[in-house]
Amino acid sequence: MSLLQVESLDCRHGLLQAVRGVSFEIAAGETLALIGANGAGKTTLLRAIAGAHRPLAGTVRFDGADVTGLPPHSRVSRGLALVPEGRRLFAGLTVDENLRAATIPGRKGRWNVGAVLDVFPFLKPRLHSPAGTLSGGEQQAVAIGRALMSNPRLLLLDEVSLGLAPVAVDSMYRSLEKVIGEGATVLLVEQDLTRALEVADRVACMLEGRIVLSGDAKTLDRQTVIEAYFGLKRATAEGSAG
Amino acid sequence: MSYANAVLQGVFLGAFYAVLACGLSLMFGVMRIINLAHGDIAVLGAYVTFAIVDRTGASPFVAFLAALPVMIALGYVLQLTILERALRSGLLVPLLATFGLSIVIQNLLLLVFSPDVRALGASTGGLNTASLSLFSGGITIPALGVTLLAVALVVFGALHLFLSRTRAGWRMRATAEDPDAAELIGIDSRAVYAWATAIAVGIAALGGLFLAIRSVFDPVSGPVQLIFAFEAVVIGGMGSLWGTLLGGIALGVAQTLGAQVNPEYAVLAGHVLFLAVLTVRFGRVQLLPARVRR
Repeated sequence: MSLLQVESLDCRHGLLQAVRGVSFEIAAGETLALIGANGAGKTTLLRAIAGAHRPLAGTVRFDGADVTGLPPHSRVSRGLALVPEGRRLFAGLTVDENLRAATIPGRKGRWNVGAVLDVFPFLKPRLHSPAGTLSGGEQQAVAIGRALMSNPRLLLLDEVSLGLAPVAVDSMYRSLEKVIGEGATVLLVEQDLTRALEVADRVACMLEGRIVLSGDAKTLDRQTVIEAYFGLKRATAEGSAG
Repeated sequence: MSYANAVLQGVFLGAFYAVLACGLSLMFGVMRIINLAHGDIAVLGAYVTFAIVDRTGASPFVAFLAALPVMIALGYVLQLTILERALRSGLLVPLLATFGLSIVIQNLLLLVFSPDVRALGASTGGLNTASLSLFSGGITIPALGVTLLAVALVVFGALHLFLSRTRAGWRMRATAEDPDAAELIGIDSRAVYAWATAIAVGIAALGGLFLAIRSVFDPVSGPVQLIFAFEAVVIGGMGSLWGTLLGGIALGVAQTLGAQVNPEYAVLAGHVLFLAVLTVRFGRVQLLPARVRR
């Protein structure tokens, strides 16, 4: 059974409809990459799944239960964590405090401060520095670690490579692959097509609020994806939903 | 020697202002709410304590321990019912809502307790008058002043430890910085806000207790206390906890030094310090026209 089911979700920002009738599912253990141009509705979709954006219509089901009306913090305690765009760290709190504030007493699992430091060893010397003084790459690592601290069953990652130096992006993805390799379920938004195809099992491409292409990352033809990305042809490889 | 004594008395007075201001500072720091009913809530706390003392004859301190849970619960409910709705409508609405609350509290107190002036000092067993004279009377150390300073240090110290050492404290600071991001890491920001207000109201009630012990109070004593608390917060830097303690003490010292010059200048000296801090911090005073400076 799928861990996350999104059914005909509509989201608006005022007059702008950012997400139009999006439906898809993610199975436990699967990694789905959501790609698409700026303004395609990827971030809004992720925020709606996490509960940070109230959808106009449609449902979000997590682990079989309808969570559409739940506030974000209740979704976190059910095992759904979002690493938001722009990291949104608590700048005045130290790295350690950022991580430990994010623990959920009821959720046991393998993640704690030590486990996060194992995945991101470069955070060790910065553990007691205010998060606001860290470099972009370090901050992104803290943001991912903070989401992991709740031992999520589904991890939503919104553009974790945005604004980072290429070297930092490489090390970020090496660490992420460790996490994914352990069988985590991940939904990630990524602008970089090559990286998305590398990391994910499945890729869904958004254009103007709709999923216009969805398919297996290994078999999907790169040219088809590019056409869907830019909307050159309204391509549908396997139908609009995976 | 009398100026040294004035400074010392100012520190004790300032400790009182700091306790009064602590909750105001906390609410501003966590929720960006300027609670205009803060002084009236302190006075309400004084009245609840007074009512218990009046009925049972208990010591005000014992009565306060009974009043404290009532006030904390009141703060919690206040946040969830009034302030939360007000916060959703922007920054100005909480200001109006707490202003209205201030009027409501004053009038309720008038109805229930009449406009008579009350005091709790006489039931403290002499704490409010006992003092120690040093240097043949040049320096006096009042027992109440020492108690207030100790209470202020305990309150600010405990709050500091809570915010810097406990998970609940980190979660409160996280919510203060970014409530939306806090929700995304599993923090119920509504509950955090409600607890912040509950703590603030509890500490305001403690300020009210000492107001009732060190002087007299009536249903409309709140606004003056709010002004002193507000001045302490602004002098110390908005939203800074230790700043509020130092701000309170600076205000107290300014007032006693002013009084040393002329008793009429006490409150005025505090206001002058407040205005001077405001001008320096926000005004960027230009003593000379731009053309001349260049």
